[in-house]
Amino acid sequence: MTGFRTLLYKEVLRFWKVSFQTIAAPVLTALLYLLIFSHVLEDHVQVYDSIGYAAFLVPGLVMMSILQNAFANSSSSLIQSKVTGNIVFVLLTPITYAEFWLAYVLAAVVRGMVVGFGVLAVTLFWDTPLLVAPLWIVVFALLGGAILGTLGIIAGVWADKYDQLAAFQNFIIVPLTFLSGVFYSIHSLPPFWQSLSHWNPVFYMIDGFRYGFFGISDVSPWLSLLVAGASFAVLAGLTLAMLKSGYKLRS
Amino acid sequence: MNLGIGRPPRASVMHPAIRINSVTKCFGATLALAGIDLEIAQGEFFGLLGPNGAGKTTLISALAGLVRADSGSLAVMGHDVQSAYRSARRLLGVVPQELVFDPFFTVRETLLMQSGYYGIRNNAAWIGEIIEALDLGDKADASMRTLSGGMKRRVLVAQALVHRPPVIVLDEPTAGVDVELRQTLWRFIRRLNGEGHTIVLTTHYLEEAESHCGRIAMLKQGRIVALDTTANLLRQFSVHRLRLRLAAGGELPAALHARAVEEAGCWVLSFADFAEVEVMLAQLREACCPISEINIGQPELEEAFLAVMQRDA
Repeated sequence: MTGFRTLLYKEVLRFWKVSFQTIAAPVLTALLYLLIFSHVLEDHVQVYDSIGYAAFLVPGLVMMSILQNAFANSSSSLIQSKVTGNIVFVLLTPITYAEFWLAYVLAAVVRGMVVGFGVLAVTLFWDTPLLVAPLWIVVFALLGGAILGTLGIIAGVWADKYDQLAAFQNFIIVPLTFLSGVFYSIHSLPPFWQSLSHWNPVFYMIDGFRYGFFGISDVSPWLSLLVAGASFAVLAGLTLAMLKSGYKLRS
Repeated sequence: MNLGIGRPPRASVMHPAIRINSVTKCFGATLALAGIDLEIAQGEFFGLLGPNGAGKTTLISALAGLVRADSGSLAVMGHDVQSAYRSARRLLGVVPQELVFDPFFTVRETLLMQSGYYGIRNNAAWIGEIIEALDLGDKADASMRTLSGGMKRRVLVAQALVHRPPVIVLDEPTAGVDVELRQTLWRFIRRLNGEGHTIVLTTHYLEEAESHCGRIAMLKQGRIVALDTTANLLRQFSVHRLRLRLAAGGELPAALHARAVEEAGCWVLSFADFAEVEVMLAQLREACCPISEINIGQPELEEAFLAVMQRDA
C-alpha cells in the first residue's frame, strides 16, 4: 500500500503546490457566479417557497465546484504527465492499475472537497445555509467527486493533447454540470428539457446534495443515490478495464 | 560514502538477470522486434547496440512493461514481466532515454516519491548516498524545472536506483551530457557493477560500450545480428593497423600495396595477427625504405559495428 499512498500524496501535493490556480481561482469563480446571479435574480426567482434564490444557489455552486475540480485534477495531471513523459515514473513501478485508479480518484475527491469547502466558506457571508441532513451532503459530495475524478482519468488517458482534453471538458463536462439544476429547479423547465434533465446523472448529484441542505429536492434523494451509485460503478468498471488493458499508457 | 548498502539481494536460485524468449512486437505495419532471444547473466555489464530504429528502446520498454510484446516472454531474475510484473519491476531500474521530469517537485521530493512508488519508506539514507554519489548535493532541494539538462540526467539515474534494483538498464544515459557527468556516472555505474548489479547499456557512443561492456548484442531491424564478448567481436570484425610515415624519398614496397591505404600522408596497413607485423617490417627493411614515424592502432568497436551492419545489409 505504500506505493498507492505515495501516489495519492504526490497527486495531492501537486495541486497544493499551485493552490492559487487549483483552489483560490475556482473559489473566486463560484463567488462571482453567486454575486452576479443572486444580485440579478434574487427578487425574480423563487425556487422553493421558504428559501431565497441566493440560498438555493449556494449548494448548487458548491457541488458544481466539487465536480468540475475533481475532473480537472485527475485529467490535467494525467495529460500533463503523458505529454511531458513523466508518467513513465509511475508506469515503471509495481503500483497496480487498481491502486493507480484509486490514488487519482481520491486526490480528485480531496481537491473537490477543498474547493467545495472554500466556496461554502465564502458564501457564508451571504446566506447561512440550512443543514437538514448533513449525511446526504457528505455522501453526494464524496460520490460526485469520485465520479468526476474517474471521468477525469478516462479523459486524461484518452486525450493525446491538451486540445482534446479541452474538448472533453467544454463539450461534455461543462454542459452536464451547467444543465443540471445548479442555477434552477428542473420543475421550472419546459417538459422536454425537464425529461432530458432526468438523463443527466449530474442532475441527481446536485439534487441529492441540495436535499442535504434544505430537505427539499426535485426527486427523491434515494433515487439520486441510486443513479449516482450506478454511474460510479459503471465508470469505475470502465476505467479499471481501460487501465488494466494498458490503453494509451502501455503500447 | 558506503555504496555497499546498494548491494543487490542474493537470488536463492541463480536465474539469469534477464531472459528474453522469442519476443516479437509490431507497431502497425512496422516490425519492431522480430523474434529476440537473449540471456544476460547476473553481474554482467552488457551492451545493446544498434542504429536508430533497430529496436533497442522497444526491447527495453518490453522488459520494463511499458510495451507489451505480441509474442514471446521476458523475465527479470526469473520473474515474468507480465504475469509477475510487480516482482519483476521491483528488481529492475530503468534510466529512460528521454529527459523527462516532473516540474512540480524538488530533486529530493522526486527521489522520495519514486522510492515510495516501490513501496520503500524511510529510504532517506540511501537517497542521500545516491545524491552524494551523483554530485547532486547542491541541487537536492532545488525545483526540477530549474536544473540544467545534465543535472536532470543525473536525477533520472538516481530515480532508477532508489529501490536498489539488482538489474539496471541505462538507455543512452550520456546522450548530450558533458564530460564531467560522464565520468561521474561511469564511476558510479562501474562501482554498482562491481558490487554485483547487472548493467544493461544502450548507447551510440561506441567507445563507452567498448570500455565498459563485457558482452555486446548488436540489433538491426528488430533482430540480433551479432552477440558475443566485446573482445571476440573486435577480433572477428575489426583489424589492427600499422601506420607508417615514410621519410623523404621513401617508396612503399610493391608487395605491401595490396593491404595499404594512403591517409593524410601516411600509409595504413591492416593486419589481423601481430606476426604479420614482423613480415611487413622485414619487407620494408629489404626495400631499404626509410621510416620517419610508426605506430600501431588498436581495433575499434565502431569498425566492428559498421562491419556487422554492412554484413547484414
